[in-house]
Amino acid sequence: MKVEILFPEICNLCGDLMNIRYLRQSCPQLDIVETDLKSRPRFLDEDIALVYLGSTTEKGLSLIVEALTPVKEELLSKLDEGQLMLVTGNALDALGQYAQDDQGWRLDGLGLLPTHAEYHMMQRHNSFYLGKFGDMDIVGFKSLFGHTYGFPSGDALFTTVKGVGRNETTTEEGWQKKNLLVTYLTGPLLVLNPPFAAYLLEKMGAPCVQPAFEEAAMEAYRIRVAEFAEEGRDFRY
Amino acid sequence: MGKLRFLFALWMAKLSIPALKITRHNGTDFPGSLALRLCPDFLRYIGRPATVVAITGTNGKTTVSNLVGDILEKSGKKVLSNRAGSNIASGISTALLRGCTLSGRIRPDYDLAVLEVDERASIRIFPFVPPTYVVITNLFRDSIMRNAHPFFIADVLTRSIPKSAKLLLNADDLISAGVAPENERVYFGIDKMAGDTQACVNLIDDVRICPQCSGKLDYEFRRYHHIGRAVCRDCGFHSPDALYLAKNVDMEDGSLELWEDSVPHSYPLITDSVFNVYNMVTVIALLRRLGFSHEEIRPLMAQSAITASRHSEEQVGQVTLVRQMSKEKNALAGSRAFDYIAHRPGRKELLLMMNCLGDTHHWSENTCWIYDADFEFLAHESIAQIVCAGARAADYRLRLLMAGVPEEKIVCERDEFRAAERLDYTPGDDVYILYGTDSLALAYKVYDHMKSLAEARSEKEVQA
Repeated sequence: MKVEILFPEICNLCGDLMNIRYLRQSCPQLDIVETDLKSRPRFLDEDIALVYLGSTTEKGLSLIVEALTPVKEELLSKLDEGQLMLVTGNALDALGQYAQDDQGWRLDGLGLLPTHAEYHMMQRHNSFYLGKFGDMDIVGFKSLFGHTYGFPSGDALFTTVKGVGRNETTTEEGWQKKNLLVTYLTGPLLVLNPPFAAYLLEKMGAPCVQPAFEEAAMEAYRIRVAEFAEEGRDFRY
Repeated sequence: MGKLRFLFALWMAKLSIPALKITRHNGTDFPGSLALRLCPDFLRYIGRPATVVAITGTNGKTTVSNLVGDILEKSGKKVLSNRAGSNIASGISTALLRGCTLSGRIRPDYDLAVLEVDERASIRIFPFVPPTYVVITNLFRDSIMRNAHPFFIADVLTRSIPKSAKLLLNADDLISAGVAPENERVYFGIDKMAGDTQACVNLIDDVRICPQCSGKLDYEFRRYHHIGRAVCRDCGFHSPDALYLAKNVDMEDGSLELWEDSVPHSYPLITDSVFNVYNMVTVIALLRRLGFSHEEIRPLMAQSAITASRHSEEQVGQVTLVRQMSKEKNALAGSRAFDYIAHRPGRKELLLMMNCLGDTHHWSENTCWIYDADFEFLAHESIAQIVCAGARAADYRLRLLMAGVPEEKIVCERDEFRAAERLDYTPGDDVYILYGTDSLALAYKVYDHMKSLAEARSEKEVQA
């Protein structure tokens, strides 16, 4: 069973790649394959249980768009067929319509999502996040230049309990369509949320779905959920 | 009106200096902060020496600034610096206003200014205090929350540095080497050293692709992270050549050769860490740009010392206690500290308390950085015990397990003082406390507790 990391040479900020290491430590049978910018994504031709795309730089976003534009239709068709794909952090901005900052930079995205991003380069957004995925508590962090706009209401990946959703005006966070899971949360989402890691392993059809170092991971998770939920603790940095 | 406002701000700020002295707060940036509050474009009007050297970069800027300042003063120059204050706009304002007359002109006895400048804050400083020379030591990942990623900081610097500034850059760092491409520049570097590799052993490896064509880079040698010498297999782009190149760095012998225009100049090493060899080379290169000869620099460098503010050790009873700074929220600083500890000889015990204490009560520390940091070095067999302390103790424990540290070596204790009591203090061990700037004051108290515990353990051993 294979997991494909797209463009790890540029999509590796905020400890994002630890998501995949954690899956591998949870299920050693997983075969992790890495696809660089100059190579054709393997999930277009092979059976891949999970495709992962992580946080990157602003130039990295344009390189993602450049790399995926020639295969955009195939990518759409694979997603339509139910390909499981997890996108974290700002990587979702490469999939949207466009991203722009307050200093004149603009990137035309792949146009797979009906969204656009607005960045304020000298005013970084930092917050912690407490939300729900079904009955499951989700914790995480946002450390971004801005927010994303334009998602139609509904199809949120997470529902915000405390924190910022897709942008400051909504409690909906991320997006889920078929098996495309998209979140603006940065970093080791699966390590911070072992129940969500287990959910993903199950969705992949992995032979083992128990999160690695479960007792330690669950202890850290429970401490964080309780801490984030404390009254008087502000989610904004 | 602007000038009147400036003068009012200057006088008020100057008046605050004796008041701060009386109340023993003379090391603060208050005068500069006050000046900026009263006159937001204070830096536009304040006088400065004809030559301004700005030293910036992720790591080493304090060491380089202090070394350069010391050497220049030893050579008889009168140097204006911000070493007593901060490296942001308020610190620069404080330094300059202290060196100015009541009319805002720089006192004529100052030969030059050597200013340490925070790389992100440069955008609020360089447009108003245009530097003659800008030195960039290196650019690495720093706080995700403040600095995002090093390419963002490189872009901030490119937008901040005036076209007239002459740059001194690190040839072995392809991120800082690309800053302000239109400016006049020379490079410094260190030739291949024993211990360099080709593959990257670190999690953070930010220059894997060619800055020009995005092709894959091959490294002729790699020192750590993206520091090394690279060439693009697709377009032939390569690391720039260094005008000032250190060769034959011999840590045991304590010497290096600084090659310039194919001529070697020998120097005594004043450090045993590669990081500080870079700092030394940077200082020599800068002094050369300022017109000093190697013959003038060499004896002055030999008399200089690098302040060990981030590492100190002492024998207490039968163990060696070591204080090791490992900045919180900074994966790079953690990785370098972990690598250093793992590769030092002897058996070690570690107390990890690099927690952001400021975040503990009202927010919650963003721990993404610990998944960028090379905790894998701590799986080294010479590390016998790791005690995780503070609000993020459970996070450290999980990260250590993921890094391959055996569970039986890890102890979790939230209270820092009780954590100190969980260390073994086995005779002969080096016992480290790792802390950040945020936990500095607490770390010193915990260290004192460790000291008394180590002494008590030693007395017990002797009695037994």
